[in-house]
Amino acid sequence: MTDPLFWHRLQFGFTVAYHYLFPQLTMGLALLIVYWKGMGLKTGRAVYDDTARFWIKIFGLNFALGVVTGVPMEFQFGTNWAAFSHYSGGVIGQTLAMEGIFAFFLESSFLALLVFGERRLGRVLHFAAAVALFVGSWLSGYFIIATNAFMQNPVGHRLAADGTLEIASLVAFVLNPWAIAQYLHNQIAAVVTGSFVVAAVGAYWRLRGEHVEVARVSLATGVVAGLVASLLVAFPTGHNQGRMVAAHQPVTLAAMEGHFHGGARAPLAMIGQPNVAERKLDNPVQLPALLSWIAYGDFSADVRGLTDFDESLWPTNIELLYYAFHIMVGLGTIFIAVMGVAALQLARRKLETSRWLLWILLLAFPFPYIANTAGWLTAELGRQPWLIHGLFRTAQGASPTVHGGTTLFTTLGFAGIYLVLGLVFVWLVLREVAHGPQPLPAGRPDAPDARALSGNPS
Amino acid sequence: MIELWFAFAAVMVAVYVVLDGFDFGAGALHLTVAKSDTERRQVLAAIGPFWDGNEVWLLAAGGVLFLAFPKVLAAGLSGFYLAIFLLLWVLILRGVSIELRSHVADPMWRSFWDAGFAVASTLAPVLLGAALGNVLRGVPVGAEGWFALPLFASVRPSGALGVLDWYTVLIGLVALAALLHHGALFLAWKTDGPVHARSRAWASRLFPATAVLWIAATAATAEVAPRTFEGVAGKPLVWAASLLLVAGLGTSFGARRLGRDRTAFLGSAAFLLGTLAAIAASVYPTWLASTIDPAYSLTAPNSAASPASLRAGLYWWPFGLLLALAYLALLLHLHRGKAKAAAEGEGY
Ligand code: HDD
Ligand code: HEM
Ligand code: HEM
Repeated sequence: MTDPLFWHRLQFGFTVAYHYLFPQLTMGLALLIVYWKGMGLKTGRAVYDDTARFWIKIFGLNFALGVVTGVPMEFQFGTNWAAFSHYSGGVIGQTLAMEGIFAFFLESSFLALLVFGERRLGRVLHFAAAVALFVGSWLSGYFIIATNAFMQNPVGHRLAADGTLEIASLVAFVLNPWAIAQYLHNQIAAVVTGSFVVAAVGAYWRLRGEHVEVARVSLATGVVAGLVASLLVAFPTGHNQGRMVAAHQPVTLAAMEGHFHGGARAPLAMIGQPNVAERKLDNPVQLPALLSWIAYGDFSADVRGLTDFDESLWPTNIELLYYAFHIMVGLGTIFIAVMGVAALQLARRKLETSRWLLWILLLAFPFPYIANTAGWLTAELGRQPWLIHGLFRTAQGASPTVHGGTTLFTTLGFAGIYLVLGLVFVWLVLREVAHGPQPLPAGRPDAPDARALSGNPS
Repeated sequence: MIELWFAFAAVMVAVYVVLDGFDFGAGALHLTVAKSDTERRQVLAAIGPFWDGNEVWLLAAGGVLFLAFPKVLAAGLSGFYLAIFLLLWVLILRGVSIELRSHVADPMWRSFWDAGFAVASTLAPVLLGAALGNVLRGVPVGAEGWFALPLFASVRPSGALGVLDWYTVLIGLVALAALLHHGALFLAWKTDGPVHARSRAWASRLFPATAVLWIAATAATAEVAPRTFEGVAGKPLVWAASLLLVAGLGTSFGARRLGRDRTAFLGSAAFLLGTLAAIAASVYPTWLASTIDPAYSLTAPNSAASPASLRAGLYWWPFGLLLALAYLALLLHLHRGKAKAAAEGEGY
């Protein structure tokens, strides 16, 4: 327990998992908001603007929490992982700096215009602000994923004279194939979160018979986007991720699947508990040969098992890795089913009267958060024992001068602050949902206002 | 190329201080310059659209260090570990206070976040100033290039060092005074009515405090960190920056007396820029001076990323900086004129 490494890992994992609760909704909602603002422009129907207005309010709250929890992340590379930052800064410093300069400036500059500018900006410019936020948040997703992808599958680098990493090819590094696969999967997963949340609130209002118009738009958008995204998150993007792992981190794939002994026609585990001591899966329910197909597109392919690798290369927490992966995939399958049924009912114009289904949609919204967190746990635990796969061990990365006790202290500090912030956030969001959508305050929405936004020119 | 990246990093930090500095100053003063809820909202209307973008300059400065001087980032952030987390927590409090306060129209709710905003905005400049003080004083960088500083070890800035001693606290206080002055001038420029009048009154009180503390801090630096002044005669950049800071400080005084609020604010910005530029130009090439052995100091040449990485950054970074400046100009244009308290739900 006095091992500083343990506390650094706990702190980083906790704070980043907490941070990511917010960006996934930001990125998912940003897309849907662009859609509603665009539909409002195109059709001129007020209900789209009313829907967008409500969700922009939630977006603003969510964004604020994303900002305040994201800022510490940026610094924790240096505070907690100083040796890693020193070693890899010449490479990952590029994408982290790009994120600040290309994405965060864009998002932060236009947020207030989106959240407060509807009346003053007029329709077209307000739509443009929504697009700016969408582009900014999806760009910031790319740069951080490219950083993470380098840690999963380092490319575009070489060893410099002083023993640290340097850029060999900026293009190869930024366009890492792993980054592209991971980005597509992760962004679609964010849209899953956004759609489920939107559908849940729509279902809630519909069940209460409130705000019928906005509830209808929210439900329809949430269900359609939810079905499309749930399908895409599994196939092709999730499948692609799996193939990346198979190609570049075969030992990780074996651990994710609880696949201890290699061989041809490898089965896919549906259920079972990894028993690492005895090197087997307890109570397994398996689909024959499917893992071979998923990993290599061939039912008879040979998939190496954990015992084919040296134990020093095994991920450090095989059990959690296995469960995280199976929770993600299991939930993904359930999402397709739920949204499939809901979309069917929507197409038959029966969704709004199917109260049981509305209840399911309402209660389903936490699960994409769980699936996203489980997915990241899979990625991050699967990378162990490496910080940069094949190059740099996690044990080498921690700050040499920071003690375990100090890190525990700051971890507890974050836990306390984040608990309070989380409670306040949930309370505020519930309050907004209870208030429901609000009409645009008086003033002509259509006239782009010549005056400055926050007052009169002096 | 190393000089260029050092200059970029210095520019990012200086712009951060000028921009977020007015948020801090306004936040620290708002309880006294804005008495009613409407007046508070007027202050928030002035800084609300800017604060997050301003804070990003700090992140982007960190990005430049990460990219170009990874060893400085790694040693500095881990060495100042606890102080950094204090700053991060203060920034969290500041951010949520601004963003959450106006969501609920309840006086107790609003008072709570207003107090949080004031406390955080007061602490942040002190912490940032103390950080600068530490950089000037030097830190116990060892042979491996790492160090660890406790928050407090002794009052004296020598021997067993901590983040806080009389010298670094003094620098923290100068920073507080200068940023309060800066924030007061910003509010004087961007508001009207009673808030405007009170902000002007505060600016005139804070001007002498800033000037006196600044002189005291310069004298103390000559005493505690004499190497800062070594060879300045041969560094024309230091002289140019000093000229800028003196002219800026003078302008902030004179223009305010003439009622030219915007010019006064720009004067204060020039003063802050000049001060930081003068410091950067005189300490160059040292990033973190070692108090154990000057040979251990982290300097720009011995802590820079490899030339290949620095060159890669040059392909895109200047372009990003121009974009960031363009957004800032657009925001300033859109929010030109005096800030008015927004209607409930329509603004901060
Ligand atoms: C709504 C959330 C969600 C859902 C339903 C799924 N995923 Fe996922 N998955 C993520 C959200 C996510 C994620 C949080 O976004 C991760 C973490 C890192 C990343 O890029 O995406 C991820 C990572 C991730 C990885 C790990 C890559 C690595 O080790 O680095 C694999 C192999 C898959 N996914 C595969 C799947 C498959 C086959 C799914 C089938 C249904 C699936 N995911 C559903
Ligand atoms: C938002 C989703 C993310 C989650 C939930 C997450 C989760 C975690 C967890 C649980 C750990 C601890 C792993 C262990 O100790 O075994 C960890 C470690 C780490 N992650 Fe992530 N992570 C996320 C994104 C990222 C990103 C985008 C990056 C890089 C840009 C990153 C960089 C790191 C680093 C440097 C460590 C510490 C070293 C290590 O333990 O490997 N993480 N993360
Ligand atoms: C180690 C990992 C991470 C770091 C260092 C980090 C850093 C940050 C920072 C500093 C901010 C605030 C920006 C501002 O002030 O405007 C932020 C917000 C954001 N981050 Fe992260 N982040 C991490 C993980 C992630 C991941 C995994 C994603 C998604 C793929 C992500 C996407 C975003 C987005 C979209 C925002 C905008 C604000 C919001 O959504 O609430 N971040 N992040």
